[in-house]
Amino acid sequence: MTAEPSTGDAAAPAIIQVRDLGVGYAGVPLLEHLEFDVRRGEIFVILGGSGSGKSTLLKAMIGLLEPLSGSVLIDGEDMVTASGDARRAILRKIGVMYQSGALFGSMTLIENVRLPLEEYTDLAASEIDLIARMKLWLVGLGLFTGHLPSEISGGMQKRAAIARAMALDPMILFLDEPSAGLDPITSAELDALIVRLSRNLGVTFVVVTHELASIFAIADRVIMLDRRTKGIAAEGDPRKLRDESKDPWVHQFFNREPEPLPA
Amino acid sequence: MTAADLAISDSPDGRRILSLSGRLDATTIRRVWAEARNAIAAAIGRPVVVDASKVDYCDGAGIALIVDLIAQRKPGDVQVANLAPRFETMLAQFDVREVERDQDPPPRRRGTVEELGAITAGVARDLYDQVAFIGESTAALGYALTHPASIRWRDVWRICERVGADALPIVALISFLLGVIIAFQSAVPMRRFGAEIFVADLIGLSMLRELAPLMTAILLAGRSGAAFAAEIGTMTVNQEVDALTTMGLDPVRFLVTPRIIAALLMTPLLTLFADLIGLAGGAITLASFSIPYVTFVHEVEGIVDYSDFMAGFVKSFVFAILIAGIGCLRGLQTTAGASAVGDAATRAVVSGIVLLVAVDGIFAVIYYVLDI
Repeated sequence: MTAEPSTGDAAAPAIIQVRDLGVGYAGVPLLEHLEFDVRRGEIFVILGGSGSGKSTLLKAMIGLLEPLSGSVLIDGEDMVTASGDARRAILRKIGVMYQSGALFGSMTLIENVRLPLEEYTDLAASEIDLIARMKLWLVGLGLFTGHLPSEISGGMQKRAAIARAMALDPMILFLDEPSAGLDPITSAELDALIVRLSRNLGVTFVVVTHELASIFAIADRVIMLDRRTKGIAAEGDPRKLRDESKDPWVHQFFNREPEPLPA
Repeated sequence: MTAADLAISDSPDGRRILSLSGRLDATTIRRVWAEARNAIAAAIGRPVVVDASKVDYCDGAGIALIVDLIAQRKPGDVQVANLAPRFETMLAQFDVREVERDQDPPPRRRGTVEELGAITAGVARDLYDQVAFIGESTAALGYALTHPASIRWRDVWRICERVGADALPIVALISFLLGVIIAFQSAVPMRRFGAEIFVADLIGLSMLRELAPLMTAILLAGRSGAAFAAEIGTMTVNQEVDALTTMGLDPVRFLVTPRIIAALLMTPLLTLFADLIGLAGGAITLASFSIPYVTFVHEVEGIVDYSDFMAGFVKSFVFAILIAGIGCLRGLQTTAGASAVGDAATRAVVSGIVLLVAVDGIFAVIYYVLDI
């Protein structure tokens, strides 16, 4: 199965608006004055070298890290200032797949996927069971529903984590390094799944990755973070950036060129 | 966007028509789902058509509803009509017969006899592991003592600080309270017979021979034994122990030996400290019963001899090996999973305390036989 990049609608309204965002740890900024929009239904990829702040930015966007400044509007609501029910309502609209999978180790895969459905819907147990099983089939784990996370491989854990993130069919799915640790076939299938969900259901994806094959397979738009400037080095269609960007670092990144050796 | 709805009708040719409409998602379909199932069950022997022409939106939960309706009958009996192509693509991803059935059911529950057998086998395996571990640790400890340069002394001092110095406040508190409580509880009834002076004998003998070594060891089992298990358990889960093994370094020598040496150095010292504080607690309490400190000391000196002191002191070395050994063993036995480290720490404390009490009993018998 080969994924074809989704055709994100350039005229679609923004579902995520990041304004003057500064993120970092212990008051030390890693990224500053970030401004970008994620459009409804597009697959938006956050790129950058190791240590550029990709995962930190993602944490701030999903409300796990309090930003140093600025705001993150999700479907018009500010994630930074929301609390209580308002925050719960925003979280209901998003699903997150963490880099490590973050499955609950004491629960089987199907119990992991069932959990959000049990907490957020009033469906009967058998109906929740079927939905959860279908999510696991969707990511190729239909024969492992009764396994514990410790009984399956790292790649399978990632797929199960995606199934859990999709349990409630959220409007936005945040995926942190979804392809890392997966074999090329599974990775390609995952890319195809992302594109299919985006096209068929209008799910918006925000993906942190530096897997070039995945980027070209799925991304409608990318931003490239640059740790030297603590900002965005480039933004746009990854194919255009690869072919047309004059920025030497962007060129180096997309063409997998190493740093030149010191003379 | 409208909520999910269902209209049920029968066509002239006998087919039952279920017309779904509106938005089919996890929050809207509960009522529709139950009604649709009932409608299919009621149409016995007649073909069913699920008409989805008025469905505005259908997410994964909506697709699950349609899959479930198709699976209610044998293949071909329930037809889905007019589903929008974008939702049709989602439905086409599933083999209805496959997803409907649980392909990985939970394992069969064991019967009582089987369970009993499994528990017995588990206990036997654990005993075997403990014996093997004692052998490995003794060999590693023997090697370390004959080759002191091979010991990672920096680790030993670091662990000594955590096991010994950091435990001083809690050992002091518990020993002091133990001395106070025993003295007080005994002095009140003894006073009726004018025999409260003999409470000093009681405290002297019980603290030095039994209570100080045992209580110190139990405290350390809860504190340091659990810490060893958690620390080594985390290393096991993170494959740090595997890394040591593949580097050709023996995990027992590298991780266990420093901890046993540190426990061997610190437990007897803490026991001495507990002896002293426990006696002080007793002396202070008895002072309130008009027994001066000098009388207390004189009385204790008269009843407690060197063999009583050594009876407690020797035990503390054995307790040290048990606490450190069982903590490290449980850490190395840690399996995968988030709860594994917690389980290892719990098992270290439980096994440690059981072993301490059992070995203390064995010491009591030995001392009785040897008339110590």
